[in-house]
Amino acid sequence: MNDKSDPISEAAFKFFGKMTASISHEIKNVLAIINENAGLLEDYTLMAEKGKAIDPERLKKLAGKVKSQVQRADGIVKNLNKFAQTVDESTGRVDLNETLDLVTVLSGRFAFVQGVTLDRKQPENPVKITTSPFLLQNILWLCLEFAMEVSGEEKKVGLVTEKTETGASVRFTQLNGLIARPSDRFPTEREKALLRALKARLAGAC
Amino acid sequence: MKVLLVDDEEELAATLAERLSLRDIEADWVTCGMDAITRVGEDTYDVIVLDVKMPGMSGLETMEKIQKIKPEAKIIFLTGHGSVEDHEAGKKAGASFYLMKPIDIQVLIDKMHEAAKQ
Repeated sequence: MNDKSDPISEAAFKFFGKMTASISHEIKNVLAIINENAGLLEDYTLMAEKGKAIDPERLKKLAGKVKSQVQRADGIVKNLNKFAQTVDESTGRVDLNETLDLVTVLSGRFAFVQGVTLDRKQPENPVKITTSPFLLQNILWLCLEFAMEVSGEEKKVGLVTEKTETGASVRFTQLNGLIARPSDRFPTEREKALLRALKARLAGAC
Repeated sequence: MKVLLVDDEEELAATLAERLSLRDIEADWVTCGMDAITRVGEDTYDVIVLDVKMPGMSGLETMEKIQKIKPEAKIIFLTGHGSVEDHEAGKKAGASFYLMKPIDIQVLIDKMHEAAKQ
């Protein structure tokens, strides 16, 4: 992944950068909330030292808020760790459901900022495939990014995994704004290169 | 001093507002750009503290709209998103300061006073 003239390497670098920047932004937000809650606890302590009565329930509530933000940060870091580990192996056996779940979670902030709801239909069974875990995530993100762009007025994107005769598929549904977009917007050479590397193809609306 | 805090992280905005009020700074807070514009139209603030990445309207878009209503408004960006491009864009658009989360409250208060005097 060190040749930026190669469209796959370039796409991979951009994807990794975009995701880690978003995750660091999320962590910064959590740290900021912890910082303010801890600061408020300190403020109350100083007030108590000066003789002002502080309601213990208020202190308990603040401590609870700190705990809940620590749990939020833990979840974010666990996802970052899962994401980072996908670079480790060029090809492996992966569960498409788990991969799509992770891409959906990692894309949560982007969806939130755009006001898009991601509707991940929970499948009953695993959909195992052999592929490059990182490149799979990359193409799923690029499809999802485009899907959010063309989600129309409803601003909702459905994500469905299915087993097929030859492997597996991911469907992005409810793309009501798709017709209004120029046809050369997607897929670009970048997506085409990733699809070739993954021996995958775009079908239907996507 | 009266300030408006705009951040989609409700808990952050509410807690920061409480801490500012303990320091005799009147602080209102909202969680999106649209609400910020409404508040600015209804009230007068010495400083407006804006998050950059927010759902619907970004901090930069909110700032542009606020400047149309109140050209004299003093804006501080407070963000967890530290990209050079955003920093440059914020300063170019006329923000007084571009600060990073998490921030020491005294640093923020100092910057608020500085911005209000500009």
